[in-house]
Amino acid sequence: MDVDLMLRVYPYFLQAAWVTIELSVLTTILGLTCGTLGAAARLSRFRVLRIIGATYVSLIRGTPALIQLFILYFGGPQIGIQLDAFEAGVIGLGVNIGAYMTETIRGSIIAIDKGQSEAARTVGLSKMQAMRHVILPQAMRLMIRPLGVNINALIKGTALVAAISVVELTYTAQRYIGSTYRPFEMFLLSGVLYMVIIYVTGRGVAWLDRKARIV
Amino acid sequence: MGLDFSVVPQFYDIILIGVLWTVAITVASALLSFFGGIVFAVVALYGHWSIRLPFRGFAWLFMGTPLLLQLFLIYFGLVQIGVDLPAFVAGVIGLGLHFAVYNSELIQTAIIAVDKGQMEAARTLGLSNGQALRKVVIPQAVRDVLPPIGNNMIALLKDSALVSVIGVSELTLSAQRAIGRTYRPFEFYVVAAACYYIINLGMEAVLRRIERRTALSR
Repeated sequence: MDVDLMLRVYPYFLQAAWVTIELSVLTTILGLTCGTLGAAARLSRFRVLRIIGATYVSLIRGTPALIQLFILYFGGPQIGIQLDAFEAGVIGLGVNIGAYMTETIRGSIIAIDKGQSEAARTVGLSKMQAMRHVILPQAMRLMIRPLGVNINALIKGTALVAAISVVELTYTAQRYIGSTYRPFEMFLLSGVLYMVIIYVTGRGVAWLDRKARIV
Repeated sequence: MGLDFSVVPQFYDIILIGVLWTVAITVASALLSFFGGIVFAVVALYGHWSIRLPFRGFAWLFMGTPLLLQLFLIYFGLVQIGVDLPAFVAGVIGLGLHFAVYNSELIQTAIIAVDKGQMEAARTLGLSNGQALRKVVIPQAVRDVLPPIGNNMIALLKDSALVSVIGVSELTLSAQRAIGRTYRPFEFYVVAAACYYIINLGMEAVLRRIERRTALSR
């Protein structure tokens, strides 16, 4: 193992790790937004919204994220959407993970006992009030862990934007593999950084989960 | 430049070959990930510590890093140590090992969850430890986690698009070839997406059938 080489190139990997972190944070925000809207649509009492929600989830989850990115980044200009690689990466990945988060959020809401909403309605709350003050506070506790799993997948998923040449960790690793012919060392450098990001995020999610527990 | 799907039919043979390769690489990697997952689970649970510890490290590394990075490592790493595998084989190994690690986690918990009496009864009937594991415990454990393993295989189908970056000419790369000749990325990527969607539906139907069959024998 060529430690000298690793010491020489690691600053570039650190820089790239920041890009991966930026991508992950922005994607998480967009994903949670899409997920919330998606879940609201899927649980709506309007048929049209339910169909739109279900179609979104089915289409996104039924096709590869890489192809979705390519459609947006390379195909976008044909339908008048001009994005740079980073923007396309955030939007593509965010809309993608949003479909998975839709199911996570919807699942947590459905999992709340029906008696809760019935009881809330009985004491005179409207449907919206029951959702806001009774169901959602409980469902939010339930969804922290599974959303954490989604975010974990998302962080690893940011590697895909290397294919549209955003200079993040995987792209940097690939470039240095090409120029140094040292795949193992470069894998180790970027792998350790990925694992640090994922580990810290995981601890954060676990902390939130503990905080939100009632007992 | 507007949209024009009329150029697509000329390239149907390239797309079709891409579909076949995608199915081939998915089936091959799915099989590797299934049996690899069982082997990994047994090693992780019953292996000597000198095998188990490096194995944990390996599993940890594979679950904590992106598949795309692993594909680069396998494809270029094997060349570095003098093994020049065809891209297809490298792709199958990368996808297969990656998902084998995930399957192994599922199978491990399932093996632990199989009632202890099963193992004891098998041992009483004169089966060796290995036989009892192979013929009694593992079949039950695997059956219990078939639905989540099926989900992993669907994920595998979608991630098979990644092997296009190491040059396996599956559906994604076929689309790219057609785009190289026509400069119509939107049309061909949408067609590729539609193909993936259809393969996905077919795969879900097959998996549901397998699940129903194995559930009946309970």
